[in-house]
Amino acid sequence: MYVIIVGAGKVGWNLARELIEKGNEVTLIEGDRGRYLVVEEELEHAAQYGDGTELWVLERAGIQRADLVIAVTGDDEDNMLVCQVAKEKYLCDRTIARVNNPRNLQHFKLLGIQPVVSATDLILRLIEHEVPRYGLVHLLALEEERLEIIELEVSEDSAAAGKSVAQVQLPDGSLIISVLRDGRGFVPNTETVIEAGDQVLLVLDPGLEESITPYFQPDGRGE
Amino acid sequence: MFVLIVGAGRVGSAVAKSAMAAGHEVSVLDEDPLSHERLDQGQQESWEDMGGMFAVGTALETDALTAAGIERADMFIASTDGDNTNLTVAQIAQRRFGISRVVVRVMDPARANWYREQGLQTISPTEQAIEMFQAVLEEAG
Repeated sequence: MYVIIVGAGKVGWNLARELIEKGNEVTLIEGDRGRYLVVEEELEHAAQYGDGTELWVLERAGIQRADLVIAVTGDDEDNMLVCQVAKEKYLCDRTIARVNNPRNLQHFKLLGIQPVVSATDLILRLIEHEVPRYGLVHLLALEEERLEIIELEVSEDSAAAGKSVAQVQLPDGSLIISVLRDGRGFVPNTETVIEAGDQVLLVLDPGLEESITPYFQPDGRGE
Repeated sequence: MFVLIVGAGRVGSAVAKSAMAAGHEVSVLDEDPLSHERLDQGQQESWEDMGGMFAVGTALETDALTAAGIERADMFIASTDGDNTNLTVAQIAQRRFGISRVVVRVMDPARANWYREQGLQTISPTEQAIEMFQAVLEEAG
């Protein structure tokens, strides 16, 4: 796969390393001369100097044949526009953009830029995780993949409490992917016994949420 | 007509003043409170006394755009010193707020061109400078 990464900050540089290690061809574009020289020492010809929002810089990097364009500069406008031209001008249908300020997420959506990755958003999700305000937290809606990931706290009087994963017999299209207990998480097998107070993460086909919730929270408590 | 100008540098503030003189209602948004001085400069009355609006905020903040009156703008001008900011906020004005008359300053001629093809009215000072230099050269033979 040929991947163009715009922005050689910590995220961009490490992504480039990983992708190269996995056998991909990578070009990392950086607009700050000093930073470029540092990165170029390690990545050599895989690093290019220039403003990655300019068309000629993207063309020099070979955007016409890129399989994936990743925009991870510290500037949301730049990330949006890189992905927009990659998609609309160079017809690269796979782009990933980083959102620095979660308030700008709406703008990415407006310009049709997705998927987006937001570090702040991920941290917020972790906080939500630590402090469950709601019985059910939508962790992720993978719209394109048509899957949802939800988190539920197991209540004492629920059907699932005290039963093994196999005994709970969840409907098709749902799967328990991890259990968080006493601050630690693990991946359950069919024999794992679900306990009251556990937080379970489930992956679901969309629309199954309402039929799944009663297994763990019979009275819908905590909603 | 209600004109909203984002970015009151040399260009934005001059355009704001001439729009005001032409009898339009004008609102200006800039992230630097000092740029207000450029609006007052060379005028008999202050910008507000003439009926102008001024808001401080960055172009991508929806709250700032709303405070500057984007919801009732008939024309939107993006003239900050950043091409990428201008191109982004112009598209927000166009798509989210449905403003049909959107004009954007884009220094980079290549992108001014491409976004023009996509339906944005772009003005590229660089492009114009190039044309003028070329004309001078041609005249000189």
